[in-house]
Amino acid sequence: MTTRMFGQKVARREDPRLVTGNGRYLDDLGAGALAAAFVRSPHAHADIVDIDVSGAIDVEGVIAVWTHEDLPGQAAERLPMLLPHPSIVAPMTGFALAKDHVNFVGEPIAMVIAEDRYVAEDAAGRIEVDYEFLPPVVGVRQARAAERTVHECAPDNVAAHYVQEVGEAPASIDAAAHVLELELDIERSACMPMEGKGVLAQWNTDDESLLVHSSTQTSTGLRAALAAKLEVPLTKVEVIAPDVGGAFGVKINHPWPEELAVACAARALRVPVKWTEDRREHFISSAHERAQVQHVRVGFDDDGRILGLDVKFWHDNGAYLPYGVIVPLNTSTHVMGPYAVPAYRCEYWSLYTNTVIVTPYRGAGRAHAVFMMERTMDAIADRLGLDRAEVRLNNFVREFPHPMGVVMQDGAEGCIDSGDFVTSMAKLKALVGWDEFREYRERARAEGRRVGLGIGCYIESTGAGPYEGGHIEVETSGRVNVWTGLTTQGQAHATVFAQIVADELGVPMEDVHVITGDTRKMPYSVGTWGSRGGVMAGNALHLTAKKVKAKALRIAAEALEASPEDLEIVDGMVGVKGDPSSAMPLAAVSVLSNPLRYAFDESAKAATQFARPAKMDAPPVAPGDEPGLDEQDFFSPMRSTVANGMHAAIVEIDPETADISVLRYCVVHDCGPMINPMVVEGQVHGGVAQGIGGALYERMAYDSDGQLLNASFMDFLMPFASEVPTVETDHLESPSPLNPLGIKGAGEAGTIPTAAVIASAIEDAEGFEIRQMPLDPSTLWELRRHSANGEIDRLRRSAQQTDGPAANETTRTSA
Amino acid sequence: MKPSPFTMHRPTTLDEALELLRAYGAKGKVIAGGQSLVPVLNMRLAAPEHLIDITALTGLDGISVAEGSVEVGALVTHRRLERSPEARAAQPLLRAALGCVAHPAIRNRGTTVGSLAHADPNGEMPAILALTGGWVTARGDSGERRIGWEDFNVGPLETSLEPHELLTSATFPALAPGQRGGFKELTRRTGDYALAGVGMILTIENETMTGLRASFVSVTDMPVVVDLGEAVAGVPVAAADSAAPAVAAAVEACVDPVGDIHATADYRRRLAGVLAGRLLEELAQPPAGSAQPRDSLAPAEGAA
Repeated sequence: MTTRMFGQKVARREDPRLVTGNGRYLDDLGAGALAAAFVRSPHAHADIVDIDVSGAIDVEGVIAVWTHEDLPGQAAERLPMLLPHPSIVAPMTGFALAKDHVNFVGEPIAMVIAEDRYVAEDAAGRIEVDYEFLPPVVGVRQARAAERTVHECAPDNVAAHYVQEVGEAPASIDAAAHVLELELDIERSACMPMEGKGVLAQWNTDDESLLVHSSTQTSTGLRAALAAKLEVPLTKVEVIAPDVGGAFGVKINHPWPEELAVACAARALRVPVKWTEDRREHFISSAHERAQVQHVRVGFDDDGRILGLDVKFWHDNGAYLPYGVIVPLNTSTHVMGPYAVPAYRCEYWSLYTNTVIVTPYRGAGRAHAVFMMERTMDAIADRLGLDRAEVRLNNFVREFPHPMGVVMQDGAEGCIDSGDFVTSMAKLKALVGWDEFREYRERARAEGRRVGLGIGCYIESTGAGPYEGGHIEVETSGRVNVWTGLTTQGQAHATVFAQIVADELGVPMEDVHVITGDTRKMPYSVGTWGSRGGVMAGNALHLTAKKVKAKALRIAAEALEASPEDLEIVDGMVGVKGDPSSAMPLAAVSVLSNPLRYAFDESAKAATQFARPAKMDAPPVAPGDEPGLDEQDFFSPMRSTVANGMHAAIVEIDPETADISVLRYCVVHDCGPMINPMVVEGQVHGGVAQGIGGALYERMAYDSDGQLLNASFMDFLMPFASEVPTVETDHLESPSPLNPLGIKGAGEAGTIPTAAVIASAIEDAEGFEIRQMPLDPSTLWELRRHSANGEIDRLRRSAQQTDGPAANETTRTSA
Repeated sequence: MKPSPFTMHRPTTLDEALELLRAYGAKGKVIAGGQSLVPVLNMRLAAPEHLIDITALTGLDGISVAEGSVEVGALVTHRRLERSPEARAAQPLLRAALGCVAHPAIRNRGTTVGSLAHADPNGEMPAILALTGGWVTARGDSGERRIGWEDFNVGPLETSLEPHELLTSATFPALAPGQRGGFKELTRRTGDYALAGVGMILTIENETMTGLRASFVSVTDMPVVVDLGEAVAGVPVAAADSAAPAVAAAVEACVDPVGDIHATADYRRRLAGVLAGRLLEELAQPPAGSAQPRDSLAPAEGAA
């Protein structure tokens, strides 16, 4: 019997190729293509008075210089609003090349096409743009004050406003024994994949078609957008995602201004044109995430059980809203987390600012929600003098499915379909040593060390629809080709999808070859985002493999003169169960599946019309049947699966320098049955690494003029391997009833609670309220001064300790 | 992120290099390891018309330890100097500080003399040149001249080197008998520019501290050497911890750092003081069982 591959720690099959430099990324393609470079606005808010391109046109090697007026037809109109939503009150998107007006530093204004990128950049530097400056709007608070506006259509800077309510939260809070209010602040960060965006557009003059390679999370989405904007039939546009060096959300919006402008240029010039985003461009003109100001009002009983939760938050969506309100919407639907909240009200305002647009970043608004709820849980525990884990236990959902009462990003009502939060908490407490920490803290304190323990719980809607498909073909050699339309940017799809197909088809994994993100084979697909690849394409391929298997058994049954029900496929051999001597290779079944006229090799010879027994009473391909072992199927779920997890961390903070070290980081994770536990853990580790970045290192430092001060890897601090703690993991596998494999998404899990967990641990160590993220040593040191001055409340539990840590413990006054 | 056009020159003799500098020095830049210059070029923050690559010159790659000093040729990489046992024995501050210069990959290419010529106040080596009372040697139109550290740095990223001159070496005086040297910094991430860094030379006579001077990284806009002798004078080495607060206070009183996106000015000032106090305590620890000048503050072999 073949070992079941599902659930095995199979090593990633893509790694040998990728780590030996044999990946083919966007910039590796298109040798000889012309290069594009963009003139970008150096100002955050301005009217364009004049663009003088004369200095650029004469540069040797320059082929074309485009401004907005060179864009044809629909391509000159505003970029699409991809995700309309009832909450959007002032929809606004940008142009491929700015028209009369710029709204953020980095907005593309002109495009230079030249023989190579060097020349293109030289020429771009010679284009002169005259601006009339307008006052910029930077940051949530300035946007909210609305003394300045970004767009005329939004005089209060409000792009979207939304209220979701479950029960009567304000009244429930008023009636509660205890009420708390919190004001919270989260700063901007960004996905920062190793490979930036990029596009290679090739116009085929022979058949008037466009072939586009893009470093994208959705080749089908980009294809549809380009066909619409270029006003060509969909069938004349194909998009391929080559190897993509990470995405984390930033490559889901489409079309990017550059993708559209470059495709137009390739058509107009009738030559291949390529644009590879550089790091500075990625900082100032792709997308950011995370900035929110949040207000929480919560009412609870003596056990810390929440009776009503009323949250308001203000979300910085940047200069435009092409990807709609997915981020704030996800925040609003994930605040309740794993807790049974009887009355919930959430109101958000999504605000325009003169900064880079905001689109989803791994977690996509969920990390913000968890920060809100978990800061609240800790505050409740401190107010009541209860253990933080106990307060969470008192609030956990205990019966599944648990309808959440809010409408999710997929338009369906949210429902926690599965989980066991009480067991997960027990696992986490055991893993981190929750009950022994008090003793550890005392020992550390005796040594002059300041340590803290933090915790955070979350749920995550994953595996959103509407659908995803699979296509499987068994060649006559026995090679199994597997296609799915969604794209790959490091998720081990070639491994985990092969595991699923190998199991169902009964073939060795080595025979299974996975291809993703190519619209030429899979024109119907959605894309890779929101922890949906495994759930959606995994189940689609599982269903497709079942169809292939059923057909193989039917054909083999005829050849073996047996009943299909009595057959099985083991190690690529189809035979009667328990009788290996009867078996025939699946490759031979593939030969039989396709009656041929021409013999071009040995296997074809076996399939020709004269080689097979003539069935005079039926055509070679029966009515309703199709030639080949070649099937396609789709999976479309009722609603998103809801995964969950809990993290805990122990931090140590230098009493004098406020330098923060993460001593331990523990994760208990429940994404249902794991296709490949090694891949799941890799996803969790990577997610935690990005979460640590968001908690302790990363922020977008905009000044009041809207200039990004740290637009390089020298000043934007992503954690190195040396900054990421060893992640200790434990798993719970509670299956989802929503799909045949019972799986839930895992891609974003590591990132979502990390900032909340680290905030919890820092607060525990310092003894005063932490209400903002990220925190660096200097900021924390300044918070200590504020705390010492009485401007920040001390925790009740540390106020009761006479020997608790003092602010900036030193032998002399530092202020 | 592609540089402006430039002409690359690759002289093979010093005379040829000096001739190129005479011709193009004002519109050009010397490149050796390129670890600071190339990013500046790629971001088009500078657009020199000529680059004079000195890596093919001979005779500039020596480390010579003699007459109480370590002379480092212009082509010696940080990593080679860091790993030189002779340099370490004579002036342990070199290794202690070099271990903090960026990452090994950068130290493998970047040169110590190039780092001095770059004169970044966030760089470790200008502070070490100052602390040790060192000098650089330049060759130019008027032959060779020796420039003391206090005359070499004239501003942040600015030196007194003339456009026609080439730095050929830097000389770091060795520790004198009875002196101990150490370096300490706090970075956000491993290998980053320091939030603050401090180098120190402590003088001990008869188990009593008699002298202490310090220089700083990312705290002052140019290298300065601060005499902290008063804070430790007459204090027994064994009681160094009692002098640490005074040392910290003295440091905080005399530095005036600026705030930026990574740290406030007040934090930097306090951090410089804390690091100085801690470094004093570490330097006062008895040397670990060896007559070698102590440099236990340097990272372990091969560590980043």
